[in-house]
Amino acid sequence: MEIITRVQELLVAAFGNQAIVAIEESGLQAALVVASEALPEVCLYLRDHEETYFDFLSCISAVDNGVESGSFTVVYHLASIPHQHQLTLKTTIENDRTLDNLPVVPTVSGVWRTADWHEREAFDLMGIYFDGHPDLRRILLPDDWEGYPLRKDYEEAEAYHGIPIK
Amino acid sequence: MAFQLNDTPPYQEALRAYEARLAAVGAEEMVINMGPQHPSTHGVLRLQLITDGELVKEVIPHVGYLHRCFEKHAESMNYGKTIPFTDRLDYLASMNNSHAFVMGVERMLGIDRKIPKRIEYIRVLVCELNRIASHLIAIGTYGIDIGAFTPFMWCFRDREHIMNMLEWASGSRMLYNYIWVGGLFYDLPVGFEARCSEFVRYFKPKLPELDELLTDNQIFISRTANIGILPADVAINYGCSGPMLRASGVKWDLRRVDEYSVYPELEFDIPVGKGEMGSKGDCWDRFKVRIDEVKESVRIIEQCLERLEGPLKRTADFDPRALVPKKVNLKAQDYYVRAENPKGELGFYFVTQEKTDIPKRVKARGPSFHNLSVLPELAKGVLIADLIAILGSIDIVLGEVDR
Repeated sequence: MEIITRVQELLVAAFGNQAIVAIEESGLQAALVVASEALPEVCLYLRDHEETYFDFLSCISAVDNGVESGSFTVVYHLASIPHQHQLTLKTTIENDRTLDNLPVVPTVSGVWRTADWHEREAFDLMGIYFDGHPDLRRILLPDDWEGYPLRKDYEEAEAYHGIPIK
Repeated sequence: MAFQLNDTPPYQEALRAYEARLAAVGAEEMVINMGPQHPSTHGVLRLQLITDGELVKEVIPHVGYLHRCFEKHAESMNYGKTIPFTDRLDYLASMNNSHAFVMGVERMLGIDRKIPKRIEYIRVLVCELNRIASHLIAIGTYGIDIGAFTPFMWCFRDREHIMNMLEWASGSRMLYNYIWVGGLFYDLPVGFEARCSEFVRYFKPKLPELDELLTDNQIFISRTANIGILPADVAINYGCSGPMLRASGVKWDLRRVDEYSVYPELEFDIPVGKGEMGSKGDCWDRFKVRIDEVKESVRIIEQCLERLEGPLKRTADFDPRALVPKKVNLKAQDYYVRAENPKGELGFYFVTQEKTDIPKRVKARGPSFHNLSVLPELAKGVLIADLIAILGSIDIVLGEVDR
């Protein structure tokens, strides 16, 4: 059986139908769409359950779905070292794209410590606020940078500290 | 400080907490800046150490000095044009970077199984040559960090031969743009295989010399054994990969796990840390795993050469660009590809869009970035001199940390 169907069964049994929004099977890698509130519990469950045992978080990617759609997606790529399987989790958040109202996703840095830097990077470049993160500072850009450059509607500033950068 | 608690701008609580942490440094403690311009940090990495005498109480890494907006660039040009940018991620192993990127695009196009064997073998050959070059830098500069100068010169001398060969094949010394979607820039130049065999014959006896000089050197061992011990569970939890993870005793090599390219047809072992000189997962183990991986890469190169000179010999009508698509036409989809780089798991996450060959999103997962993130954990309570030994054993490339 595909690991993703088994994961879906396990998650529905453990958290009910609300946690899993959908299963995306159109592309080369199937993905589970998880409700953002349930994310930390789902991840902890998947990390510790003996059948799944996703102990390695490969990647967290924040994706801007475009200005018209008004939403962001955060994609989690998990891997299991003992079982050698992979899983993709996604969560989508609606947002109005203003700079003082960032999309909020609960942090998974308590599940995998590596999520700490992944989430700082997503916050820095895409402006996703990870609720409960221990140290959510910008990581690649300077602390006083304005805006989130990987957003589709990002506009470069004319100058940075009086230095013309355009 | 002029900041009041109630005028903290939104989303800057963590920054204020960090400033408060530094402001609260006690009379016994001192904040020391290491880098960004310091040879021991292997590039532009800045570490803030909160020290108590010679002991490091806390390390706060600051990265981003070499941020070149790879992901933003990749969203504004087509896949073929992005390959030179991938070369600049881990600039010591450019072939491996472009191999991973190209593999992802080929799988999305569905042509990954159609690539001729000769092309795949050439790709593996140049990647393994580049892996040796990257590990030689790691080994040599690690010697320098500890205070041994000669191994550095020896490693650079041998690496120079690899650089010359790859320059001959691609026209460039470090940033090759050699592996293309669907093929190669050019076939190997005539005589490359012979020269490569000559290099292998020259290089093999150099490794025992390096072992005598550095690996089994008592001074080196006392500086590295039992220093910076990284247990396997911590390594996995922090997303460490590559030699860093294998030194902690986890046999995890994506060349074997994912069996990509022609690696299933090749014989090689996966060296893991055994704690021979101290404890499993210490600095010496990480160093030793790299030394052993160089030997395994030499084995792979020998097998590749055997096949490239034998059954897959170059023919006059062979065109390495035959499958290179004029335009990469993809349906809207997303795909995460991972490959084993010299530093660890390099991943690319693509989100493609319909009717254009420009991706909507490309995320690069650099192994050095996550290997570095474990440093604050490893450096708790160590001596400042040991911190240099630990940092050197992680083998970071800032081009990949900052992307």
